[in-house]
Amino acid sequence: MNTFTVAWKEIKGYFSTPAAYIVGAMFLSLTGIFFVFDVTSPFAEASVRGIVNWASFFIVFLAPLLTMRLLAEEQKLGTLELLMTAPVRDWEVVLGKYIASLIMFSATIILTLYYVLLLYVFGQPDTGPVLSSYLGLMLHGAAALAVGLLGSSLSANQIVAAVVGIAVLLMLSFVDRVGSLVSGVAADVLNGLSLNAHVTDFTRGVIDTANVVYFLSITAVFLFLTIRSMETRRWR
Amino acid sequence: MIEVNGVSKMFGAFPAISDISFKVEPGEILGFLGPNGAGKSTTMKIITGFMPPTDGNVTIAGYDIVTDSLEARKHIGYLPETVPLYTDMTIKDYLEYMGRLRGMSRDYINQRISEVIDICNLGDYYSTIISKLSKGFRQRVGIAQAILHEPDVLVLDEPTIGIDPIQVVETRQLIKNLGGEHTLIVSTHILPEVSQICERVIIIHEGQIIAEDTPENLAQRLVGSERVDLDVKGPQQDVLVALQQVEGVREAVRLEGQPGSVPRYRVQSELGIEIRAELASTVINSGWGLLRLDGVIMSLEEIFLRLTTEDELIQQVDPTQEDASAE
Repeated sequence: MNTFTVAWKEIKGYFSTPAAYIVGAMFLSLTGIFFVFDVTSPFAEASVRGIVNWASFFIVFLAPLLTMRLLAEEQKLGTLELLMTAPVRDWEVVLGKYIASLIMFSATIILTLYYVLLLYVFGQPDTGPVLSSYLGLMLHGAAALAVGLLGSSLSANQIVAAVVGIAVLLMLSFVDRVGSLVSGVAADVLNGLSLNAHVTDFTRGVIDTANVVYFLSITAVFLFLTIRSMETRRWR
Repeated sequence: MIEVNGVSKMFGAFPAISDISFKVEPGEILGFLGPNGAGKSTTMKIITGFMPPTDGNVTIAGYDIVTDSLEARKHIGYLPETVPLYTDMTIKDYLEYMGRLRGMSRDYINQRISEVIDICNLGDYYSTIISKLSKGFRQRVGIAQAILHEPDVLVLDEPTIGIDPIQVVETRQLIKNLGGEHTLIVSTHILPEVSQICERVIIIHEGQIIAEDTPENLAQRLVGSERVDLDVKGPQQDVLVALQQVEGVREAVRLEGQPGSVPRYRVQSELGIEIRAELASTVINSGWGLLRLDGVIMSLEEIFLRLTTEDELIQQVDPTQEDASAE
C-alpha cells in the first residue's frame, strides 16, 4: 500500500516535471536516428535487432538519468528524514520509487514501438525475435534502473548519482571485453557478469532462462543494495 | 508518553549525546534548551526513530522506537530542523501525500487538511506550489504536516529558527495552543522562547542534561550571580562580616565542612563583577590566613550566557503588530 503511495507520487512527479520528458525525448531521437540508419542501409533486413542493440546501449544513460532524482533529492530536501520517520518501511520506499521509474521507462519504450509498426507496414519482420527483443529490452532496463537507483541512494547530488549509475552500468556492459582478454574461469565469470552478453541472445529470438535469471538477479541484488544503503543513511 | 532511558549516541569516537534520560507526560510541553551543537537535534532524531541510539532506549506511547519502530512512528509528528518539503508540490498535494503515507483514509485526510490549514493559517495558499512560499509559510506547512495525523507526540526541532519576528510570535502561539491535545517536545536555543511556551525545561549541554525544571524555577536559580569559595583561617563571625562588606558582594555564607578543618565561605556576587582580588586583599589586610580561593564554575549560567536572549527585537515588533491587528 505504502509502496503504491510512493510510486504514485513519483509517477506524478515524472509527468509533471520537464526532466523526464527531456530524457525520454533524447532517448527517442537517438534511437530514431539509428533506426533510420539501419533501415536505409544496403541489404537492410526487417528486424528490430539493430534498433534494440542501440536502445540497450542508450539504456546505460537513460536509466540513471531517470532514477537520479528519486532518492538523491529526498536527501537534499531533507524529506528523507520525514519519509524515514513516517510509519513506512525502507523497502517500501525503495520499491515504490523503483516501480515509478519502471513505469516511466516502459512508457518511453512503448513509444519506440512506432519503429516496429513501420517495419510491419513496410516489411515482414519475424514476430518471434521482435517479442523476445522487447522482453530483453525490458529486462535490461529493469536491471539498469535498479543500478541507477543505487547510485541515487548514495549521494544527495543528482549529477553524482547519475554518474555513479552510468559508470557501474558501463562497467557491467563492457566487462565481457575484458573477459575476451583472459581465459579460463576468469573469462567465464567476466562474461557471466556482462550485460551486453546477455542481451544478444534475446535479439536473436532466443529466450534463455539463464539470461532472464541474470537480469532478474541483477535487479534484485541492486534493489537489495539500495535498501541497505538507505538503512545506513540512518547511521550517518 | 515519551520515555528516554540512558540514551547515548556516538559519531565515531565522538559522543554526540551521552546517557540522556527523561520522561514527558501526556499533554505536557517540554522545552529542550541548549546552545548550538549541544546535541538537541541528535536527541530529536533518536526520539523520532530516524537514527538508532548507540545505547539506551526510547519508548513512545509504550512502543520501543527501535524494536517496534512502525507502531511507535505512527504516534509521532515530527518537524525536523530543516523543514522537509517537496518544493515542487502544492500544499494540498504535499499534505495529502503525507496523510497517505501515515495510512489515513481519504475522508479523514480531507477533513484533517481543512482543519490544519485553518490551524496554521494557510487558507490562501492552499494550492500554491511550496517553492513559492516564504520561509515562515514553509515553517507552517511543516507544522501542518506534523499535526496532520493527530499524533500523540509532537517533536518540533527549532520551530522558530530563521523566520521573521512577527511570524515567530505567531508560531509560538500556535505551538502553545497545541499543548494539551498533544505531548510536545520543542527544542530551541532561544531562552525566552521556552519560558513562553514550555511547562518544563531540560537544559542540555555538550550532550548531557545539566538541569531540568520549570522555567520559573530555573529563572530563580539563575538570578545572575557568580560564586567564589574561600578557605580562611580567622574568627568566623568577623570574616563573614568583612566578606559581606566587600563591594559587589550580594551574599556570603559559611559552608558546612568537616569539623576541625579550615572554615570555607561561599560568596555570591553580581554577574560580571570581578571580586576575587578585592576579597583576597580584604582577608590578608585583616591579618587572617587565606588558604584557598577559587571561582566556582557555574556551568548552568555559563551555558545560559551562551544562549540567545534575542527577544528584545520581538518585543519591539510585538506592539506594532498588535496595533496593526487592532486597526
